[in-house]
Amino acid sequence: MVKRTEPNAEMLKGTLDMMILRTLVTGDAHGHTIAKVIERSSEDVLEVEQGSLYPALHRLEDRKWVSSYWGVSENNRKAKYYKLTALGKKQLVHETARWRQMARAIALVMGETVPEVEL
Amino acid sequence: MSWFRRRKADEDVVEEMKFYLAEEIDENIARGMSQNEARRRAYVKLGHPQQVRERLWRQNTIALLDGMGRDLSYAARTLRRSPGFTLVAALVMALGIGANVALFAVVRSVLLNPLPYREPGQLYSIFEDGVDNTGPTRFMPVDAGSFGEWKKAAAGTAEMALVSPWQQYNVSAEGGKLPEQVDAAWCSWNFFSTLGVAPMLGRAFMEADDRPAAAATVILSNAFWKRRYGGDPSAVGRQLWMDARPYTVIGVMPESFVYAGSMAGNTAQVWTPVGHDAPPVLMHEYSDHEFIAIARLKAGATLTGLLSQLNALQRQIKIDHPEASTHDKVTGRTMLDDAVSEYRTSLWVLLGATGCVLLIACLNVASLLVARTAARSKELAIRAALGGGRWRLLRERLMESFLLSMMGGAAGIVMAWGALEWLVKTRPEMNRVEAIAIDGTVAAFTVGMVVVCACFAGLISALSADSKQILGGLQEGTRGQSAGSARAGLRKGLLVLEVGLTVVLLVGAGLLLKSYQRLKNTDLGVPVDNVLTMHFSLPDVRYKEATQQVAFMEKLIGHVRSLPGVQAAGLVSAAPGQGWGGDSVMSVVEHPPMPKGQGLDIMLRGADPGYFSAIGIRLLKGRYYTLDERLERAHVVVLTQSAVKLCFPGNEDPIGRHLRVGTGTDGPSYEIVGVVSDTRWTISEPVHPTLYWPIYGNDYSGATVVVRSTRNVESLAVPVQKVIGAMDADLPVSNVMTLRETIGKTTLGSAFDSVLVLGFAVIALVLAAAGLYGVLAYLVTQRTSEIGIRIALGAQREGVLRLMLLDGLRPALVGLVVGLAASAAVVQLIRSMLYQTEPLDAQVFAVVAAILLIVAGVACMAPAWRASRMDPMRALRME
Repeated sequence: MVKRTEPNAEMLKGTLDMMILRTLVTGDAHGHTIAKVIERSSEDVLEVEQGSLYPALHRLEDRKWVSSYWGVSENNRKAKYYKLTALGKKQLVHETARWRQMARAIALVMGETVPEVEL
Repeated sequence: MSWFRRRKADEDVVEEMKFYLAEEIDENIARGMSQNEARRRAYVKLGHPQQVRERLWRQNTIALLDGMGRDLSYAARTLRRSPGFTLVAALVMALGIGANVALFAVVRSVLLNPLPYREPGQLYSIFEDGVDNTGPTRFMPVDAGSFGEWKKAAAGTAEMALVSPWQQYNVSAEGGKLPEQVDAAWCSWNFFSTLGVAPMLGRAFMEADDRPAAAATVILSNAFWKRRYGGDPSAVGRQLWMDARPYTVIGVMPESFVYAGSMAGNTAQVWTPVGHDAPPVLMHEYSDHEFIAIARLKAGATLTGLLSQLNALQRQIKIDHPEASTHDKVTGRTMLDDAVSEYRTSLWVLLGATGCVLLIACLNVASLLVARTAARSKELAIRAALGGGRWRLLRERLMESFLLSMMGGAAGIVMAWGALEWLVKTRPEMNRVEAIAIDGTVAAFTVGMVVVCACFAGLISALSADSKQILGGLQEGTRGQSAGSARAGLRKGLLVLEVGLTVVLLVGAGLLLKSYQRLKNTDLGVPVDNVLTMHFSLPDVRYKEATQQVAFMEKLIGHVRSLPGVQAAGLVSAAPGQGWGGDSVMSVVEHPPMPKGQGLDIMLRGADPGYFSAIGIRLLKGRYYTLDERLERAHVVVLTQSAVKLCFPGNEDPIGRHLRVGTGTDGPSYEIVGVVSDTRWTISEPVHPTLYWPIYGNDYSGATVVVRSTRNVESLAVPVQKVIGAMDADLPVSNVMTLRETIGKTTLGSAFDSVLVLGFAVIALVLAAAGLYGVLAYLVTQRTSEIGIRIALGAQREGVLRLMLLDGLRPALVGLVVGLAASAAVVQLIRSMLYQTEPLDAQVFAVVAAILLIVAGVACMAPAWRASRMDPMRALRME
């Protein structure tokens, strides 16, 4: 079962779209790969909930940021591949810049190192 | 967004998840798990696939639209389950909406749409204001003498034109076409250009045509051109023989052209220039009112400005020409107002009546829906308890009434179309009836009507399902003593309103019907059965001399009298009930001269001596004039009773006295030889003082043949026409009709209004009765166990009957009182439509109250009777 700690879920909600787009920069991929890549790249901190992944993919497709086609997977299975569109690339640049700005702002507020707080 | 391809999207996601599972399982096996473990872990990781699908489905859904679709199909299903209710409710709506759409179309086309002229808002009809011995009359025709001065004086403010729309011509037989008499109008040359309408073929009149010396020219109406020339464009330039003189056809008007005013329908078939066709002396006459003036105001000018200018002028004219029949005031109104003044009140009243019917229909449907809500209170309560949203439940109610209104609207517009077809056929004489059509605006009105009805009926029923009551439904459901009494209260409130409106409609219908009966039974002054009339007029080109005219008439009536089946026949210039027929200001020779500007206005009738007994006018004093008193010896008159009263108020003996035309001291005088009974010139107006003088002489070139028979007088129409045709093949005969038909024609408008309002009132009454029945039947069902207990405990059947009856009749009684009070105010609005009937007619009010009580009693009796006959055991077991 996916670990569903509150902050994690919240974090994912805003950034899942961005991460999916980022994953697709390296090439077309199907849902399973996308989830795996995100999990591996985050050193298994982020687990992609399937209940969020597929609605997110469809949302991105609706907004014309990704396109999809049916193809054959490495294991010879019928799989739906997603491809980053030009519009999606633009969106990714925009999102990345915003994210960087946000991350920097939060880091500044929190100070160089995160203080140990006794809870 | 992707609402329409969400089913495809759903299939896709199922496929994707299947793939995901397969990949995950493979991976897990590769990690060294057993087949089962790999599958289990993969499923765990995926989560609930159904949830994913549902989430995606919702994401692709526009919530409101989806909900509406579901409500719609749900409402359609519930309505289908009770087809009886659906049919009745939709029919009720259809009646209400149909009647309203039809009347709206009529009011819009007739009263509101602009006339088909250029800038019609600038066009006004100008009349004179006068005083005659029946009192002040407004909007009287105009004399050409005054008009000539107006036109010059007002040149800076308005373009003025003259028209005389009540002329007639005899069109000669030619090329196999029958002779006919056509309605015609004289008009000044600028008449068409003032209206801003050009002929579609040929040209309009020019100033040069509008002179006595000009060549005779005529412009044809589109209908006449099609009928007589079969729509042949080469008709322009041809000769048309009218009154035995050749006229050159110079133009044909377009089909869309109409001219109609308060005194003339759209009947003119040919148009001739007034300056050429009217007697030259008439054009400079100040006391002969034969015309209507129209004015197109120049930019910036107002009617008030024009009228004050003309009024100042007219006062001076009255000083210069002080005859009694010269008017001293000028008045005017827009051409549209003038064309529809006769129909305005009645059309608005009819629209009001249909509005009431629609309101009642809505109330009834609302009441039916409330009853259904009540009957389904347990279902609703359970759904509310399970979390059904209040908005959701309300939406369902609205959707149901929306569906009903839609069906009603669809059927209603078909009904409206049928009603309009019928109207156009029934009232061809109504001005602007040709303009009536269902167009985009009317369609939009229908849609608006449907929405308003749906919201009105739906909201009343929806709001009655209060959330507290909904949950209460669960509690009270077990033991039904007081079930639903609150909701019945609302329905009773609706009923009071319904009954009140019905009473207003009934009172209106009653008054109009009584007025119509009075009108229809008005005594014309002569027996009306089996009397046939037809009119001919002799063209003066062929019958130049008075002796020729008299010889023709005398020979003709002799032939007619000898026809088999003819009991009696006579000649008269205008038969009773068939119109004004000319009047003149007279004075009594033996009396001192009257003050300047005053005179005795007497209607003139030429008649042959045999006319009186043929039509049934009684001799009261003296004698009729004789056959011998003709031509130069024709200076004798017979007065009617009312004329005697007018001329000799001092009770002196009129026989042997003399009358003179005009108020001067010169001119021939006429000896009064007899007094006869009165007749009416039209059924809807009071008797006017009249004199008869010999038609053989006194300048009559036309006459109405009056034929009386013992039975089947219609069968004499052809033989009499043949007699005329044998004497002059070119002479057309017009207005062939019986006196009965004459009356029917005059009372058509009144009959139409009263029958329609009565129809609406009956519909309203039926609806109200159905409403009463429905509410009481519902109450009885709700109180079944209570009544059962009462009877089981020994209540008398009569007592139960009385109890239930009173319960049902109370809203009817309150409604009756409210309705009667409202009627007392509303009937003042239809005062002008009533003939010899007071708006507050006690008899009508009493009859309406009685009818309503009887109908309400009958409607309540059935359920109350059922309640009192109830078997207490069965009633108690029903739980």
